[in-house]
Amino acid sequence: MTLQDVLLAVAGLVAVAGGVAVVTTKQLVRAGLWLVVALGAVAVEFLLLGAEFAAWVQVLIYVGAVVVLLLFAVMLTRAPIGRSSDLDRSVLPAALIGAASGLGLAALFVGVFGQFQVPAPAVGTAERIGDSVFGDWVLPFEVLSILLLAALVGAIVLSRPSAPAPQPDAVAQGNSR
Amino acid sequence: MTWDVILRVALVAVAFLTLPLIVGQTEHKVMAHMQARLGPMYAGAFHGWAQLIADGVKFAQKEDVTPRAADGPVFRLAPAVALLPYLLVLLVIPLGPGDLVGQQLDVGLFFVLAVVGVGVIAVLMAAWASANKYSLLGGLRAAAQLLGYELPFVLSAASVAMAAGTLSLPGIVAAWQPWWLLWQLPATIVFFVSGLAEIRRPPFDMPIADSELVFGYLTEYTGLRFAFFLLAEYVGIVVISALTAALFLGGWHGPWADSVGWLWMLLKTGAVAFVVIWLRVSWPRLREDQLQRLCWLVLVPLALAQLVLTAGVRVALG
Repeated sequence: MTLQDVLLAVAGLVAVAGGVAVVTTKQLVRAGLWLVVALGAVAVEFLLLGAEFAAWVQVLIYVGAVVVLLLFAVMLTRAPIGRSSDLDRSVLPAALIGAASGLGLAALFVGVFGQFQVPAPAVGTAERIGDSVFGDWVLPFEVLSILLLAALVGAIVLSRPSAPAPQPDAVAQGNSR
Repeated sequence: MTWDVILRVALVAVAFLTLPLIVGQTEHKVMAHMQARLGPMYAGAFHGWAQLIADGVKFAQKEDVTPRAADGPVFRLAPAVALLPYLLVLLVIPLGPGDLVGQQLDVGLFFVLAVVGVGVIAVLMAAWASANKYSLLGGLRAAAQLLGYELPFVLSAASVAMAAGTLSLPGIVAAWQPWWLLWQLPATIVFFVSGLAEIRRPPFDMPIADSELVFGYLTEYTGLRFAFFLLAEYVGIVVISALTAALFLGGWHGPWADSVGWLWMLLKTGAVAFVVIWLRVSWPRLREDQLQRLCWLVLVPLALAQLVLTAGVRVALG
């Protein structure tokens, strides 16, 4: 066992513990902050595995943008300090499904890849990722960009203020959840 | 090898502790002279050079207050989260030719952009955990501002990375040529302005507008924790100035760059930091809607046009 293995295991534990904290904490905003811990630990895992570029993409997109948007949205609506008593969740089914899928996936991966020895690929530099994205994977990449563009256009169309003013009952419906 | 790493990290830590203080003291004196006063004159006897050390002692003596309604752990953690990203960024900024840089990083520019973006979380943490409506309003303003200005910030940095053909900061500086000053001029302006907004310096200090929000997300902070936020702001000035100098002004390029390259880099960083201070003295605070309009209607289109121009020139040059 090398130092890298130990660090990898520690980062993995932190990621899992952070994930558990996200779904078990009774404090709404803290759940978002635990998400930062979990996603940051995943970025550390990428880093330890030599995927530098993926690690920093993880930080830029997930920690810097997705979680921030999430926290921003929560704080715009309601963000009580302390415990929220009305966070309804069905603990038992969720725990069962989560544990089953996690353990199942782990068993599957160990069963399929357990006996293979894979040589560690070269460090995932920007150049290597660029080569493979614009070489082998250029078609999926372009399809993805069209998908993203369509989503962007859709978001703009949906949020345009030019639509006629909403009817009073529509507003009431929107608020009643 | 290990000693080398320790020495580099120690030197970066020294820069982290001294450069912000120098910038802060310069701000005191430059602002004062621009406003026809003297500024600090007593601490340390010679033109008040020790003023910030005295300030530090004062901050350390103050009571550390956590409001009763606040979310304690988050409230206490926020200043550290605010400070850490800038410390990490300082590690990869090249000071001189060769390997005169804290750590060589193949994706240095990307690392910088990713880590600077984490600073928003500290602001949101401080704003929410303070249990104060001024804090929350300031935090929301800050988050909207930082999310918006992140876009031109990243796009203008992407332009210079495209021009140099690398994401490594020493690589970009090495590829830099004087005519880039003209070619990358729009990106330079966009990067500097959105960088100012990223560190919430005047005229982009709407999140802590004292005439409306007391002190925004910093309202409830006292003593050392407040000093941490303040330090983060000044390290932010150093980082943004150094990045502007390294990416767009040629970093260590200059006469006799092989021997005194580090001096050129420091001088350029200092000049940009002076402009940051100058802008604070001479510009009124932007209103929230003006601030957003500047970002989305001026800076983003400008950055996109610069990207097209950069790509065109790159293709034309082969």
